[in-house]
Amino acid sequence: MNCLASYLFVAAALFSLGLMGVLQRRNLIGMLISVELMLNGANINFMAFNRFLTPEPAVGQIVALFVMGIAAAEAAIGLSIILALFRRLRSINIERAQELKG
Amino acid sequence: MTLAGIFSVETAAQGAFWVVVGLTLAGAVIAVFPRNILYNVLGLVLALTGVAGLYLFLNSMFMALMQLLIYVGAICIAIVFAIMLSRPLHLELPKRSLGKVAGAAGAAALFFAANLAVAFKTNWQAAAQRSADWSIATIGHLLLTRYDLVFEVISLVLLVAIIGAILTAGYSRRLTS
Repeated sequence: MNCLASYLFVAAALFSLGLMGVLQRRNLIGMLISVELMLNGANINFMAFNRFLTPEPAVGQIVALFVMGIAAAEAAIGLSIILALFRRLRSINIERAQELKG
Repeated sequence: MTLAGIFSVETAAQGAFWVVVGLTLAGAVIAVFPRNILYNVLGLVLALTGVAGLYLFLNSMFMALMQLLIYVGAICIAIVFAIMLSRPLHLELPKRSLGKVAGAAGAAALFFAANLAVAFKTNWQAAAQRSADWSIATIGHLLLTRYDLVFEVISLVLLVAIIGAILTAGYSRRLTS
């Protein structure tokens, strides 16, 4: 059934699964994976509204492309922070990262 | 439904749509729930490929290709490189605290219900179509004329992100020790 509601359902499911992953995991890489899922849910919403509701189809695609660029930047920064944290703590479990000194 | 109706193109397209939706959701479940981080990354690849398929169903070849190129090709591979920092897979896994999992599931379920309620209760009104042009040439033209700022801001953000990533990952050793 290729209608707006089914895409909104898929997007909500992806976003909720990502939210659950961010809340329950302690592995930083697992949290990063969940954040990517959430961004994809938002992106599906943009593309679905673009397909079914907006007057011009190019706008939503450009917004979704912007989100993808932001996601790439976020993954690069996140992975380098994970790397720096691993050098300092020898672990990427976020419950070890509890001090905010220097 | 007649036999010809079962094998028609629309039915096949609908079946393919639900298969793609199922692959996406299955990949998302695999990306979130297993404890083994390698399964998580493979599930993420499956989910992102499914999303690329959904973009094809939404008429946009360009976004499907970009999804495969940027997400599956770049971000997932970068995450695979970081997996070696994760805890060794042969060690005994610490147990998940039940309260945390229950809280996370409750929050996610609440958000899902609220989101679905908004999506299905709203009476969405389609705007009047001004153009139905889905070609890649139009997007490229608009990116360099009307949405020029978006293009420039993406490139600036990516430049800053790359420099920041090099500084955080590469020079932190020299700065801290």
